[in-house]
Amino acid sequence: MGRFWCLLFFSVIVMAVVTFVLGPVYDHWLPEDISRDGHTIDHLFLFILALTSIVFLGTQFCLFVFMWKYDAAKNAKPVEYTHGSHTLEVIWTIIPTGILLFIALYQMNAWADSKMRRPDVAPLLEVTARQFEWRLRYPGPDGEIGTQDDIHTVNDLHIPVNEDILFSLKSMDVLHSFFLPNLRVKQDAVPGMKQWVWFRALEEGEYDLVCAELCGWGHYKMKGRITVESRAQFDKWLEEQYLAQEATQDPALAASEN
Amino acid sequence: MSTTVAGSHSHEASSHGHSESFISTYIFSKDHKIIGIQFLFSTLLWFLVGGLLALAVRMQVAWPWAEIPILGKLLFAAEGGQMSPEFYTMLFTMHASVMIFFVIIPILAGAFGNYLIPLMIGADDMAFPTLNMLSYWFMWPAFILMGMSFFAEGGSASSGWTAYPPLSVISESAPGSGSAQDLWLLGLIFVGISSMMGSVNYMTTIIQMRAPGMTMFRLPLTIWAMFITAVLQAFALPVLTAALFMQLLDRNFATGFFIPDGLIVNNIDPAPGGGHPLLWQHLFWFYSHPAVYIMILPAMGMVSDIISCFARKPIFGYKPMVYSICGIAGLGFIVWGHHMFVSGMNPALGMSFMVATMMIALPSAVKVFNWLGTIWGGQIHYTTAMLFALSFVSMFIIGGLSGIFMAATPVDIFIHDTYFIVAHFHYVLFAGTAMGVFGAIYFWFPKMFGRLMNEPLGKLHFLLTFLFLNGTFFPMHILGAVGFPRRLADPYHYETFRHLQPLNEFMTYCAIGMVAAQIIFAVNFIGSMFFGRPAGRNPWNANGLEWTAPSPPGHGNFDFQPVVYRGPYEYGSPEVDSDYYLQTQPPPETKEEAVV
Ligand SMILES: [Cu+2]
Ligand SMILES: [Cu+2]
Repeated sequence: MGRFWCLLFFSVIVMAVVTFVLGPVYDHWLPEDISRDGHTIDHLFLFILALTSIVFLGTQFCLFVFMWKYDAAKNAKPVEYTHGSHTLEVIWTIIPTGILLFIALYQMNAWADSKMRRPDVAPLLEVTARQFEWRLRYPGPDGEIGTQDDIHTVNDLHIPVNEDILFSLKSMDVLHSFFLPNLRVKQDAVPGMKQWVWFRALEEGEYDLVCAELCGWGHYKMKGRITVESRAQFDKWLEEQYLAQEATQDPALAASEN
Repeated sequence: MSTTVAGSHSHEASSHGHSESFISTYIFSKDHKIIGIQFLFSTLLWFLVGGLLALAVRMQVAWPWAEIPILGKLLFAAEGGQMSPEFYTMLFTMHASVMIFFVIIPILAGAFGNYLIPLMIGADDMAFPTLNMLSYWFMWPAFILMGMSFFAEGGSASSGWTAYPPLSVISESAPGSGSAQDLWLLGLIFVGISSMMGSVNYMTTIIQMRAPGMTMFRLPLTIWAMFITAVLQAFALPVLTAALFMQLLDRNFATGFFIPDGLIVNNIDPAPGGGHPLLWQHLFWFYSHPAVYIMILPAMGMVSDIISCFARKPIFGYKPMVYSICGIAGLGFIVWGHHMFVSGMNPALGMSFMVATMMIALPSAVKVFNWLGTIWGGQIHYTTAMLFALSFVSMFIIGGLSGIFMAATPVDIFIHDTYFIVAHFHYVLFAGTAMGVFGAIYFWFPKMFGRLMNEPLGKLHFLLTFLFLNGTFFPMHILGAVGFPRRLADPYHYETFRHLQPLNEFMTYCAIGMVAAQIIFAVNFIGSMFFGRPAGRNPWNANGLEWTAPSPPGHGNFDFQPVVYRGPYEYGSPEVDSDYYLQTQPPPETKEEAVV
């Protein structure tokens, strides 16, 4: 029976390897990255995956080998009567410390890029989350956000490709989280706080905008779409939105919404 | 030098022992063993509740809006037998709340802490038996309040076990934010009171009541872990309690600690605030991150004892093991911000939390290496308890390593609040702690009830649980890699996640198997209590003091005054012929020398 249990523990290694091989093969893996900076996150993810895989394989394999070799039913040798080894303790304290410190330092730049070094551009829009929708507010013809001619859309985020996008993120009611899986962007929207979010998209297309923080019963349906398009198309879309809004909306109503 | 006050209670115990009624012996008992077993039974029952809640969560994630067999018609007549999205939020909220506050914390500290501490240190009971009794009975208001919250108008609490305001505070924002959230908060306050009473008792008992010769560095690692856990509780709980009261005040008296000005919820402007939602997150995680260690350290301790016993070999690196428990506890207080990397907290602060979090992986790694060192060169006996303990090591490696991904701030931006974190904490808490607890039950059951559990059934239980838990939780890692968010009642209307449904179905089948496998455990547990093979004092030939007492131990625990000569891990010692060496067995040549 001892052998059987050893093999069962070995199967953990098999399971892990198979899962992490089949995952990417069957597209159960990091979604397409269309951002300029997302690859640093992916790279870091894969780098940590590689490091942890080595530790995982090493420790699980030791566990398996020791279980196999020192099975009391098969092993006639008396036990090694030892209370430990000072040298080993020092080794397996210092090496992981080095690795962990390295990971810690290695990632700092990517973190600073995505959360601390705000690009020096004018904000493209203002995003306000509320139960259970994303309210988006683009500047109207006057080029300023927060004025009467602002353009309002809901859940329909458009951005120009190949430009630094900067916007402010707020919430009207509870916590939400602005998550663009394909751009590796996530930021909680916190009521009472204004946050800045920035990224740059390199590919045109339509992608999901996900709410990633529980915001109530309708959290699951707080879905938006992001459309990345050329500058010309974006300007055209914005213009259309503006005209459509002018045509349908009574200015008094628009003012009261401010 | 450890002194003992053993004896001061034993007199009391013997004079009361036989005249006590059934109620004072088995219900309002002050005996740590009865209280431990009370905790064990209560938490195992809640384990069942929490498990069924998890199954319901899994059903919805695998087949969103599918008609629920049998119960659906009863619960959701209006929705045509489908689960409502409100109900889904209640399910995962209550699953986590029950599992964390009614199962894991009380089964470790309440059940095993209570049962093992006096026995393993050679005391006749806890330092404060009445306080101990109260610590159990203060769980009952919590059980009742939380139970009532299930049936409150509008449903149970539904803002997640983290209860982030404003969702948890402003009633208009969530249906379950009616009275259910108040009941939930009050329930947790009672859990906190209970834990605090336990914690004070454990610390005092371990410091004051060790048997002669039981120095701190002769304590079993189980006791070290329980001791440090008690310290963690004592320092972290007041902060949680304060936060819970603040949220209660916010909800009922509009104090606005956590609520900023100018909100518009459901087109209603709630009372003005002046507070900040992040304040709650800081206070909550100041407790709840250390709580993660409260939920794993005792399991680590118990697993160490089981592994050393069934490898028939001393624990490898006893002192490094002790220091790493202390290291985890110390660092555990300065890492809470890793739950808040994308919360809007100052990103520079995030960076310092990241460094501390990276470093806390170190003591955990040291522990894993020492467990491997312990089985190296041993004589491993594959008992059910040992299999569970070894699986703790194997699974904890996975749970520990996946933590590093989240600790890396840039990676966390992507995987925060996805199934990656769900995978991580289920590997730590279910595959780790729960498996360790199963091991501990199989190991100490003979002491508790005087009978052995059935081994073949135990192994079958282990095999099925092990396979199904990996089938349920391992795929969560790759779901997380896709960015699959947690807490969504229907994730598949996002294009990005639509193709993940078949895998989720597979995981749900495994979850059903995992819950079903626990029937074997229940049968074995209850059956063995009555029909198990009588165990005798020391069925595993183990060294600890608890194995020198009768099984089950009577009032006052020991029928002799235990005197300790060595640590609990002297297996295979060349000093004696047998492969174990009881802590109480006098050394052969110095038999006449009294203990120093
Ligand atoms: Cu949401
Ligand atoms: Cu934490």
